[in-house]
Amino acid sequence: MADIAFLLLIFFLAATTMDSDTGLMRQLPAIPDPNVPQDVNKINDRNILEVKVNKDNLLLVEGQLTEFSQLREIAHDFILNANDEPNKPEKEVVNIPFLGNVAVSKAVISLQNDIGTKYGVYIAVQNELIAARSKLRDNLARQEFGMPYDRLDEDRKGAVDDFFKVPISEAEPKRIGGDK
Amino acid sequence: MAKFIKTGGKSVKSLNTSSLPDIVFMILFFFMAVTTMRETDVMVTVRIPEATEGKVLEKKSLASFVYIGEPLEAFQGLYGTEPKIQLNDTFKELADIQDFIAQEREQLNEADKTKMLVVLKIDRDTRMGVVTDVKQALRRASALKIMYANTNVDKITHIY
Repeated sequence: MADIAFLLLIFFLAATTMDSDTGLMRQLPAIPDPNVPQDVNKINDRNILEVKVNKDNLLLVEGQLTEFSQLREIAHDFILNANDEPNKPEKEVVNIPFLGNVAVSKAVISLQNDIGTKYGVYIAVQNELIAARSKLRDNLARQEFGMPYDRLDEDRKGAVDDFFKVPISEAEPKRIGGDK
Repeated sequence: MAKFIKTGGKSVKSLNTSSLPDIVFMILFFFMAVTTMRETDVMVTVRIPEATEGKVLEKKSLASFVYIGEPLEAFQGLYGTEPKIQLNDTFKELADIQDFIAQEREQLNEADKTKMLVVLKIDRDTRMGVVTDVKQALRRASALKIMYANTNVDKITHIY
């Protein structure tokens, strides 16, 4: 009996894996329908944080060459715009359940990369941007509901998400020189 | 005090093993519950990048995996050293992604079709050109929920 059980045990040890996968969840935009007129409303320039990574893996934030370690803080300050500076995002008063009428930052992060950028760098940049946003959401959750974001229920999470929407958008890839 | 006085033969009684199968079965069931079957043999080198914000993939059954990286040495004679896309157990081209997604989606039941997730396991040294192409192919296949696989760390120490 024990022999058979051992045999099965060893089979399962060999044929299965225990590692759990972790990763950054992202939602890709749908392919725009050519028959539907595009929304031409341009987003106000001050609302966009422009992040570019070139083929040498250098980081350009709002036209400034930036150290990678500063990115999180820059994104954080940009989204929050605590002092209502004119070169940082506008705020709009909206009614959000649980939070009431609040001034919400209209920040958008635009991420552009080169064909030659390394994937590892791209992920690191995405990670920093997501981290900045999560930090703000977590702070808000603690301040408003007295507990970390992870422990909120779905409705409250939704409210916090609405406050700091901050879409991270990626430009439609451009390819010069036609299709491969 | 008589019971402490040893009497008779000095032979040690062998250990009672009648409960051994129970114990082994217990371990067996534990492994059956916490592990998942190895589904694909990865044929490309995938050194997954580090990140701090990764979320755990909860429903593995909803996930399809796309591997991108340099082929392993054994395959380099045939496929070269340029990053290749691996779907299931074979190397595929960009144009095959749409079929692959359709096929994977077919295997899910009706309620789960909208929740389908594509997990991209990409080597950190891959250039973004390939990755962007794959992302565009996924958009065309309307597989919009994706996950960039990474290993979770507390702090990113090294940028590749």
